[in-house]
Amino acid sequence: MTSKLDSKIPEGNLEQKWTKYRSTVPLVNPANKRSLEIIIVGSGLAGASAAASLAELGYKVKVFCFQDSARRAHSIAAQGGINAAKNYQNDGDSTYRLFYDTIKGGDYRAREANVYRLAEVSANIIDQSVASGVPFAREYGGLLSNRSFGGTQVQRTFYAAGQTGQQLLLGAYSGLQRQVGTGNVKMYARHEMLDVVTIDGKCRGIIARDLTTGKLERHFGHAVLLCSGGYGNVFFLSTNAMGSNVTAAWKAHKKGAMFANPCFTQIHPTCIPVSGDHQSKLTLMSESLRNDGRIWVPAKLEDALALREGRIKPNDIKEEDRDYYLERRYPAFGNLVPRDVASRAAKERCDAGYGVNKTGEAVFLDFAANTIRYGKIEANKKGMHNPTEEQVVAMGKAVVKEKYGNLFDMYQQITGVNPYEQPMMIYPAVHYTMGGLWVDYNLMTNIPGLYALGEANFSDHGANRLGASALMQGLADGYFVIPYTIGAYLSKEIMTKAISTDHEAFVEAEKNVQNTIDRLLSIKGSKTVDYYHKKLGLIIWNQCGMARNEAGLKKAISDVQALREEFWSNVKVPGSANGLNQELEKAGRVADFLELGELMCKDALERNESCGGHFREEYQTEEGEALRDDENYKYVAAWEYFAGNKWELHKEDLIYDNIKIAQRSYK
Amino acid sequence: MEKNLNLNLKVWRQKNANDKGKFEEYKVNNISTDMSFLEMFDVLNDRLVTEDKEPIAFDHDCREGICGSCSMFINGQPHGPKQGVTTCQLHMRSFNDGDTIVVEPWRATAFPVIKDLVVDRSAFDRIISAGGFISINTGNAQDANAIPIPKDDADEAFAAAACIGCGACVAACKNASAMLFVSAKVSQFALLPQGQPERYQRVSEMVAQMDLEGFGACTNTGACSAECPKGISLTHIARMNRDFLVAGMSTNEK
Repeated sequence: MTSKLDSKIPEGNLEQKWTKYRSTVPLVNPANKRSLEIIIVGSGLAGASAAASLAELGYKVKVFCFQDSARRAHSIAAQGGINAAKNYQNDGDSTYRLFYDTIKGGDYRAREANVYRLAEVSANIIDQSVASGVPFAREYGGLLSNRSFGGTQVQRTFYAAGQTGQQLLLGAYSGLQRQVGTGNVKMYARHEMLDVVTIDGKCRGIIARDLTTGKLERHFGHAVLLCSGGYGNVFFLSTNAMGSNVTAAWKAHKKGAMFANPCFTQIHPTCIPVSGDHQSKLTLMSESLRNDGRIWVPAKLEDALALREGRIKPNDIKEEDRDYYLERRYPAFGNLVPRDVASRAAKERCDAGYGVNKTGEAVFLDFAANTIRYGKIEANKKGMHNPTEEQVVAMGKAVVKEKYGNLFDMYQQITGVNPYEQPMMIYPAVHYTMGGLWVDYNLMTNIPGLYALGEANFSDHGANRLGASALMQGLADGYFVIPYTIGAYLSKEIMTKAISTDHEAFVEAEKNVQNTIDRLLSIKGSKTVDYYHKKLGLIIWNQCGMARNEAGLKKAISDVQALREEFWSNVKVPGSANGLNQELEKAGRVADFLELGELMCKDALERNESCGGHFREEYQTEEGEALRDDENYKYVAAWEYFAGNKWELHKEDLIYDNIKIAQRSYK
Repeated sequence: MEKNLNLNLKVWRQKNANDKGKFEEYKVNNISTDMSFLEMFDVLNDRLVTEDKEPIAFDHDCREGICGSCSMFINGQPHGPKQGVTTCQLHMRSFNDGDTIVVEPWRATAFPVIKDLVVDRSAFDRIISAGGFISINTGNAQDANAIPIPKDDADEAFAAAACIGCGACVAACKNASAMLFVSAKVSQFALLPQGQPERYQRVSEMVAQMDLEGFGACTNTGACSAECPKGISLTHIARMNRDFLVAGMSTNEK
């Protein structure tokens, strides 16, 4: 392990680490908390829950988000659910099993101690959310309902229709707004963080731009928490919101915070396929649909061709001529294999010519079988012993509608096709980024006082995140981890008086931000920001997407470098820096993506193995499964930035004391 | 099937809060019916930038109908002609070749225009801060299954909580009333056992803040619910009015 990376994992048994740590971590007394200021960037699940919890403890908190309200952060769009080891279903779940599933799902590239803590606090999250009025789905007896998700064989996912993220975020947001009302939190909506300020090696504040007036502002904080989400928008097309960006994390990276495992990105298997060049974003169809839907393509090439040419309809293909390829390849987990496995399997079939839409990049997700199964259950409940087929289908559709109504509506809205009548067409799309800022057990980056929470850090999901675990991690970090771990740092800062923002470090940082803005506006080239963003997205998607290889990655690195150079000499950013300028906002974000893209490819090139979402074509088993190299690559790759887009790799070895690592099998 | 449309747009342009603002006309051609309304705006903005003109500012983010950012008033209707969808989920197949489409920002005193189609909806956040929460701190809440909640109540609370805070209800209302938004939050908590301790105090404080922000009164026209992209029901307003009345008559009120 490099000396620069100290993961600060507490000593002791896995089961005891967090309990013992919580009971011994230094505390800050209530009077001192009132004079300690914390800046939080981002207001999603991690940011909002951290802000509410820290303000409740008495800290002075400032929250920044680029949206017009904290409630709009992209956590709001999470659909399927949130995992918790409650074992309400009596199906054998436990803290250990959630821990084990998460480590295995991440293909043995996550830290044991962090993941065990995540599993431990998962149950508290459900309690906390219900107490704050989150209306989870319930059974007729009044108790909470659960559903299945990929990569597990228990039902531990709590949900609120297809809007679980919305309900959890609104719960955290209401806690945040309550603290805004008391004055403990000051909210800065329509503000974007454009740099972190460090003084004597410690993080002491940020530079933010008021997006409405265009003015740059300096803000001091004893600690800064980046809860700014993931970087999936580097691909241009992703399921992220249009504004989701890497800028906050990237500016921290350029100030010295290490960026870990940037090539670990998640391609989600069930998204609505691309329809044309105009497409601005991709829409997810929740993984929960794989619980009730069966994925297939035609078994015969001529049927696939006929489908693509519109000569036959999916329902014309007989049962025996369908290839339920996930059930065929992975009988134990079937349609519920983890996302990386499901995505690659879809790509494999489509590459082999079995794709079912006009672009050849789509597979079917079919609900017909389960619609009938549900219909029969309903008929039994109603005492109908000989229902007609129409009655069964109608009752089954009603059940499907209750479970997934909003998703089906959304599908129909986007594609113009009714999914109750025809199977959905889906294809993998960029969804989540496991990589992010390197953090220790306290969630602190290698810059003292600078923390990263939620998707912005790298810590819990290894090389592949399991479904319904992002919401769990965001809220775990914000509600139950940071309120304790921040004490370890702030207890030593109680004598630090607020530093004036006239300090030269603030002046210098603001000047640099201003220079970048001026430069972007002065290029006055001939191509729009989106032009470059789309080009970058294609390079990364083709060479650093679902499959990667050495030659492609090397080409991608030089392509990204060339594109970045062209961007800085030929981009066209209209208007001025005074007042609202959405093109300028986009330009700044794309400029950062153009640097990150190179690092992603570099990281993917350096990792000569396949694991989780990182699939190097050179390293696969005979059956086409990911082939890890635990001897040489069982580490976290943490990259340190040097001026001029140079990086140095630091390695944090991963130690498995409690789990026996093995080839991941879902067969 | 996919087709291409040629359209005339009349779009509200306003430099900033102090500018008077006016409509400007744009022709957009070859718009695929598979595009979303906002993707059509992307195409137009791309062209405007290339022509050295200022692109049209509009709020948007998730583009899947859940964040509540997008807020266009299209041909006299918030979020346009289709029921139950936000602007970002409105697709061009809802329009015909040759159509003229008029696009304005939300119009309400409590939602001042920032620029073009972007308005300031922070009044909604302040109403939530006034009482749209359950006053519990993060900590050791009791087990989530300790209090069973009848499924119908939980479902009804969820239906209220599905509000995305976009402000279409205010834009649709001739009085620019925020009753549907406020009642959705009041109703969600009024239906849940966890919301009972603060039930009447909550409704009083949220309504007081709503009035302070300059939203209009409710005259029960029902336009809010008819235009709501999430189909939030008028029964929530009825429930809020009942609770408000009880709060006003209660002797326990401080």
